[in-house]
Amino acid sequence: MAVVFKKTSMLTDVPFHYCPGCTHGIIHRLVAEVLEELGVGNDNIIGVAPVGCAVFAYNYFNCDMMEAAHGRAPAVATGIKRVHPDKLVFTYQGDGDLASIGAAEIVHAAARGEKITTIFVNNAIYGMTGGQMAPTSLPGQVTTTSPYGRDTSHCGYPVKVCEMLSQLDGPAYIQRVSVHDVKNVVAAKKAIRKAFEAQIAGKGFSLIEVLSTCPTNWGLPPQEALKWLEENMIPQFPLGVYKEI
Amino acid sequence: MAKVLMKGNEAIAEAAIKAGCRFFFGYPITPQNQIPEYMSKRMPQVGGCFLQAESEVSAINMVYGAAGAGARAMTSSSSPGISLKQEGISYAVGAELPLVVVNMVRGGPGLGSIQPAQSDYYQATRGGGHGDYRLPVFAPSSVQEAVELMATAFDVADKYRNPVMLLGDGMLGQIMEPVEMIQERSEPLPKKPWASGVPEKEGRSIINSLYINPDECEVHNYKLERKYQEITANEVRVQLIDTEGADILLVAYGTMARICQRAAKDAYKQLGLKVGLVRPITLWPYPYEALKNAAEQPSVKHVLSVEMSTGQMVDDVRLAVCGAKPVSFYGRTGGMVPTVKDILAKLSSIKEGM
Ligand SMILES: Cc1ncc(C[n+]2csc(CCOP(=O)(O)OP(=O)(O)O)c2C)c(N)n1
Ligand code: SF4
Repeated sequence: MAVVFKKTSMLTDVPFHYCPGCTHGIIHRLVAEVLEELGVGNDNIIGVAPVGCAVFAYNYFNCDMMEAAHGRAPAVATGIKRVHPDKLVFTYQGDGDLASIGAAEIVHAAARGEKITTIFVNNAIYGMTGGQMAPTSLPGQVTTTSPYGRDTSHCGYPVKVCEMLSQLDGPAYIQRVSVHDVKNVVAAKKAIRKAFEAQIAGKGFSLIEVLSTCPTNWGLPPQEALKWLEENMIPQFPLGVYKEI
Repeated sequence: MAKVLMKGNEAIAEAAIKAGCRFFFGYPITPQNQIPEYMSKRMPQVGGCFLQAESEVSAINMVYGAAGAGARAMTSSSSPGISLKQEGISYAVGAELPLVVVNMVRGGPGLGSIQPAQSDYYQATRGGGHGDYRLPVFAPSSVQEAVELMATAFDVADKYRNPVMLLGDGMLGQIMEPVEMIQERSEPLPKKPWASGVPEKEGRSIINSLYINPDECEVHNYKLERKYQEITANEVRVQLIDTEGADILLVAYGTMARICQRAAKDAYKQLGLKVGLVRPITLWPYPYEALKNAAEQPSVKHVLSVEMSTGQMVDDVRLAVCGAKPVSFYGRTGGMVPTVKDILAKLSSIKEGM
């Protein structure tokens, strides 16, 4: 019988622990498929997992993996890349991890033009710890630590990572994508591929911000969560290529 | 090899390179700046990598990445920076990564002063970061000893897959002394089949400190604990100077021990006291046994711990002596250094009460 679809060899057989309808799983698959298609071989790839819902990414990506402290993945990846400049090195980080506690690490990895690729999963909330306000939570968004909605006069505005990092000279490729429908999933995969290709070409730092859902902590069924992402997150976080050299 | 005059910080940096360290990540802080400065000059010459990190937090995490990737890697800092590194050290312990951290201690708490101190003893020997862990702590008292212990530090780190600390102070870092530099390591570095991206690795390498199930976390912690027992059995280092038949024992480490050694000599001439010196070289594991045996000699009437702190190591001295003899403490803090005269005055008052 002809095989029409096969799971990518860059994912292990360990079942994902993600909630039903969470788009972390889709993003894992896209990253893994790209890594497989690049053909560098899993012995030549080292990934860094964050602290967040993707903390177990080291169980899923079928390559060498390191688990970093909360927010520190870009620093850990820097150490790895300096030891193994010929390996493909990536970090997979949530918005709390990257844009809050790890803001310094990502800015300086980007500024150094560190030849790593960051997959930045922005779901506008702290998923793992139970739905607290994230640096990317939208104005007015209700979370467990902004029960009256994020009040910008009190706790400010969402951090726009692609816009910020694209002002630096170190990054080679920065794009914001979404995975709320098939068209966008296809586009997201292309973007991820470009980011890794920039690393392989030795051009510098690359980052793909992927807008993602958290149905559990948004308190929405999966379908509605996809719609909420499209209608609320995209206007706040416009999709597109922010940097390409 | 001929002796050369070198500043402590620079000698330590060169010794690390001689010991095979090729990756250094750090952030400037006085009084250890000559370590990163020296590394920034030397690493490119030996095909290594020096990178100035954006913070001590990042520096230790870069070391974590490099060590996880199989390299001999290190960082150095001074007290406030070491506080920031504690998170990374704890993670490196949990993930069983060999790496070396140098702390050139300065006065604290807070921003404190930039002069020598020994007030990070608790932090260094009790874990420092969160969780059940220990790390070997070497406390050299001269530049010569520091360069030799630098190689030992890397070897011990690799042997046990655990971070190791070299605990100096502002004086050791800044002092210039004649030193016979250690030889370039000639044997190949130990194989690390557990590391990421190395040719010798066995299957998929996972560097991790998360054990979400408490029973698994306990198993992991007991595995670490067995390692600490092994280190305690094998790695204790101590120097005993004129302790046999002494009336009083001084206990001091690092540069403080050198001042005490002089005080012990002068005490005989000036006070007619036979004063011995117990100098722990490893602060963890602590030389409890050697100190206990020395203190239990019938001749010994009193044990005095001298530190550049308000009294931290003295806790270990009491644990070792365990009530067998009176233990007292003398120290200065905040970057002030006890002088020979100060110590003699303290010995004299102890003599009166003897
Ligand atoms: C130093 C530290 N502070 C806080 C935490 C608790 N913590 C775990 S995950 C997390 C937030 C994760 O949110 P995000 O990065 O957005 O990822 P998500 O779970 O949404 O995928 C926090 C605060 C921690 N593990 N370590
Ligand atoms: S809590 Fe949210 S982000 Fe985490 S797995 Fe569940 S849906 Fe996904």
